[in-house]
Amino acid sequence: MNSTASMPHDTARQHVSGAARYVDDIPIPRGTLHLAFGLSPVAAGALTSVDLSAVSAAEGVRLVLLAKDLPFANDVSPSAHDEPLLADTTVHYAGQPIFLVVAESHHAARQAARLAEIEIDQTPAILTIEQALAADSRFEDGPRIYSKGDSARALLESSNHLSGSLNVGGQEHFYLEGQAALALPGDQGDMVVHSSTQHPTEIQHKVSEALNIPQHAVRVEVRRMGGGFGGKESQGNALAVACAVAASLTGRPCKMRYDRDDDFIITGKRHDCRVDYEVGFDALGQVEALDFKHYFRCGWAQDLSLPVADRAMLHSDNAYDLPNVKITSHRLKTNTQSATAFRGFGGPQGMIGIERVMDHIAHELDLDPAQVRRVNYYPEMSVPPNARPPATTPYRMAVTDFILGDMTAALLESSQYQTRKSEVARWNANNMLLKRGIAFSPLKFGISFTLTHLNQAGALVQIYTDGSVLINHGGTEMGQGLFQKVAQVAARSLGVMQSYIRASATDTSKVPNTSATAASSGTDLNGMAVQAACQTLRDRLQSHLADVYHCQSDAILFEAGMVTGPNFKISWAEAVTSAYEARISLSATGFYKTPDIAWDRIKGEGRPFLYFAYGAAVTEVVIDTLTGENRILRCDILHDCGTSLNPALDIGQIEGGFVQGAGWLTTEELVWDTQGRLKTHAPSTYKIPACSDRPEVFNVSLWQGANPKKTIYRSKAVGEPPFMHGISAYLALSNAVSACGLNYPDLQAPATSEEVFCAIKRAQGRAT
Amino acid sequence: MKMSFLLNGESVSTSVNTGTETLLDFLRQDAGLYGTKEGCNEGDCGACSVIVTGHDGVPRPMNACILFLPQLQGRAVRTVEGISGPDGNLHPVQEAMIAKHGAQCGFCTPGFITTMAAAHATGQTDFDTALAGNLCRCTGYAPIIRAAEMAATAPVPKWMQDLPPTTGHASSDAIFCPLSSDELAQWYQQNPEATLVAGGTDVGLWVTKHMRRPAPIAFLSQVSDLRHIEDHPDHLRVGAAVTITELMQAIASISTSLHSMLARYGSPQVRNAATIGGNIANGSPIGDGPPALIAMGAILILRRGSERRRMPLEDFFIAYQHQDRLPGEFVEAVELLKDQTGLRCYKLSKRFDQDISAVCGCLNITAKDGIITQARIAFGGMAGTPARALRTETALIGQIWSAETFATAQAAMAQDFTPLSDMRASAEYRARTAENMLMRYYHDIEHKPVDIREVRA
Repeated sequence: MNSTASMPHDTARQHVSGAARYVDDIPIPRGTLHLAFGLSPVAAGALTSVDLSAVSAAEGVRLVLLAKDLPFANDVSPSAHDEPLLADTTVHYAGQPIFLVVAESHHAARQAARLAEIEIDQTPAILTIEQALAADSRFEDGPRIYSKGDSARALLESSNHLSGSLNVGGQEHFYLEGQAALALPGDQGDMVVHSSTQHPTEIQHKVSEALNIPQHAVRVEVRRMGGGFGGKESQGNALAVACAVAASLTGRPCKMRYDRDDDFIITGKRHDCRVDYEVGFDALGQVEALDFKHYFRCGWAQDLSLPVADRAMLHSDNAYDLPNVKITSHRLKTNTQSATAFRGFGGPQGMIGIERVMDHIAHELDLDPAQVRRVNYYPEMSVPPNARPPATTPYRMAVTDFILGDMTAALLESSQYQTRKSEVARWNANNMLLKRGIAFSPLKFGISFTLTHLNQAGALVQIYTDGSVLINHGGTEMGQGLFQKVAQVAARSLGVMQSYIRASATDTSKVPNTSATAASSGTDLNGMAVQAACQTLRDRLQSHLADVYHCQSDAILFEAGMVTGPNFKISWAEAVTSAYEARISLSATGFYKTPDIAWDRIKGEGRPFLYFAYGAAVTEVVIDTLTGENRILRCDILHDCGTSLNPALDIGQIEGGFVQGAGWLTTEELVWDTQGRLKTHAPSTYKIPACSDRPEVFNVSLWQGANPKKTIYRSKAVGEPPFMHGISAYLALSNAVSACGLNYPDLQAPATSEEVFCAIKRAQGRAT
Repeated sequence: MKMSFLLNGESVSTSVNTGTETLLDFLRQDAGLYGTKEGCNEGDCGACSVIVTGHDGVPRPMNACILFLPQLQGRAVRTVEGISGPDGNLHPVQEAMIAKHGAQCGFCTPGFITTMAAAHATGQTDFDTALAGNLCRCTGYAPIIRAAEMAATAPVPKWMQDLPPTTGHASSDAIFCPLSSDELAQWYQQNPEATLVAGGTDVGLWVTKHMRRPAPIAFLSQVSDLRHIEDHPDHLRVGAAVTITELMQAIASISTSLHSMLARYGSPQVRNAATIGGNIANGSPIGDGPPALIAMGAILILRRGSERRRMPLEDFFIAYQHQDRLPGEFVEAVELLKDQTGLRCYKLSKRFDQDISAVCGCLNITAKDGIITQARIAFGGMAGTPARALRTETALIGQIWSAETFATAQAAMAQDFTPLSDMRASAEYRARTAENMLMRYYHDIEHKPVDIREVRA
């Protein structure tokens, strides 16, 4: 790895000087109108009367729209066409947009949106898992079931049994930049949309449907987002479509951004769920049989819930070779926000289920939890294939790149796990009120979209006559450093300095038919597509220079801004100019599709992933037994990025992922009241980690090893996997609570101070 | 009303119509400065942080989203655009944030830069505290702290010097900006329906979230005689417009426990704006100031016109949203005894920093010759008002100083309080942890480890 690879984010200087522009910072044309939604105050019912006269009469209001006023498609769903932009006859959740205010200012629109007189004939809301099951309110006909072996028989035959249930809370994305869109009407009925979205192509499609114009008439541009985390994969559709419709009707530019409370109340979050388990295991803790039941609360519309719940099933094994396993997944339809993509996309929920099982087994057998995990690991890649037993996941994919055995040994050593475990035990013996806990957790995360056709990407690379290079691809920049990494790929492919490369805003008119920047796939897909385009351009240059200099084209090298042949050495810019004058095309597209994948999601069989990314974490915590308050003291992470393209950016993803994952499982608690109204709808009540919540000692290292698959320079995807290191914080809390009593703590998630306090009572057998 | 203030070193004039125009809207809509971001519009995320330099010349971060323009009179504001030098040179914290990869999506970054630059200018190096009011969702904060540490030793760039303007005071009947408490007293007696804004950290939300436009309105930020702390031999007299930051400095030598609790009150941005008078006058049952002050035996001084009333602070809080305050009467000061050796303040919240308490327990117990002689125990979050645990106090007084005494007294807490359940905590959890704070107090005084923030890996 060369040290120059750790270059800063491509617009780091703009970030720190306040010059980086987000949608709300784009200077707007005079006459721009501003939008706000009027929201349903109740979770379920029929709209009986909507009186908008006060709204229309309010100062600055130019237009008010109901569902019936929409010219064409009233749909912003990314999947099943079940998500109207504006409620038509029924409302499905508290916070659902019912009408749209178009006004001269953001404040005027927000103010007017509160003046409606809405009558709703309320119907009983389905809010909880139990209510949804009782009403058989679900997506798909019945539960999805994936299985391998015969878990029912193996459970009967197993000598040790445990069962349990884990509630796993949802999570608000809390991207610092709220949802925003700006639509500019064109002169042929076309529309340019600036949107804070991870999925410009979908915005293009939804706008096209809403205006009944071809996709070529809609151009969507995204320079950057102020964080996405999955929350801008589909949740930006409503704003973009609203702006485009209003712009089309008024002929004026239209802009919309959600106030933070509206953002919380309207948009979907991570799925909360319950994982029930029944496990049979031997005296060493090796799992012989496992039965999982997943209950996902999907909210009112389908959105991306099916693939999210699928991915949870696909990560129910995590790092463990389970001979007999059955996973039953219920996707429940409830009168709440439509749960959506969030970093990990169901993977974290599936993974915490099996990690909870491992924790429970280790507690039951009084064994080191790290050891119990290791005896269940898949066979290691370093063992020659003919010497290791063939191992397959519960969905019949062979696991051939497993490296957690070696990674675990390295991490337990570097973090001094055993020594610190003894120190923790000593502390706990000597301290009555404060208890410490330590835990290890591994992760194995599948890389590829499970919807196979999404695994494609396009790029457009253009070289100008001064030698500067403009790259464009379908990926969006949300802070992850994608543009920087792909620019590094381009610089390396063309053999030029980084300063020659500029990445331009993602634009549906430059690269069409793109997939969302999601599933950690951004660099894998777009890096390859850009590399392909660069290769095409390099081939053209080589062939041209071979003609000019009468040499073999493959003897021509591109390096450090110079082009060198057996009999010449010229600068990159000279080479480019020479090619231009010889009328060689200096722009090229590139395309990539992930090889070797095939997946049948109904059967639950196939190879959904090209490869797995791995990681392991050791986390130590302290709890206050009087209040349940807790802190993370130290975290050590070893993470697999293959051959890292940019170690600094990768470590940034890992540190940030851990803290976000730990937040999900500790302080981030979503609370709905009994009427289905979200009560935690602002940072005053919904608590993401703050500065002092990060581990004071925080050691992150990258595993040194190339991806055995031919990914972009043998790197591995890094966006989502590190999020699941946060599970080690939950496990460490469980370990600390275990020091308070003999019973299994049965710690639920999020492990807020209150939940830790309750778990202590359970451990002590004093639960009320 | 026309008014002016200093913005990035230059005087700007603007007119305000309601007085509730926020600095954030001014920056983004009128001044074309888009670097300052709106993250939450309620002072809880820090994305809109700017540096405000007031009469004392100390640069302090504040949240522009809940800072009203009239509060800026006599002050200098520096936004992220003013952190770089006039020739485009980056400030050391900006250089360090690039070098340490402290920005990912970049949206919170301008707020971090301004807060870091303010800490840098004042030599503050407790970055967990200094940056507690800035949320970042991408980095996990580690690289930001590395950047702050890297920049700490660099000299303060000379362009960062801000001196607040001394002229240009404006005021009107509808947007009243008094310079003295006498002026305020007279005007408020004549306009008892008016809203008084000191720091604006509460009224700010009425405007940004509830879309209210309180009128008439008075801004107290220039009432210099309400911003004094008088140091008397046995007590402090703290003016109502003293900010929490200033109060922290004053009580640091009186109670380290209260000082460290106040270090968790809101965030630096909030503490730089919020005042102790506002914290009392709004009567919130979950404010952190009143329980501590009640446990300290504070005396409240109310003023109406030229008349003053004194009362124990706890008597001011009658019931939820109901205080013993007459129309036109305002909080002028609070008096605190300086001997507070027995005071311990415990704040329980979902997140340590910048969170509203589920329970705030402040205990002040004195023992002599092994017998408890005095107890003042006050709680926030346990009732409709901040309130004393009188039965618990009674259960302790006269008893032997021992763990058993405290354990026994726990039972009395159930008679003192019937807490509620909400999104912060259940009633049961509030009740049990409030009881347990008695035990924590005992072990704390006995020098046993009770604070998880003092545990190191």
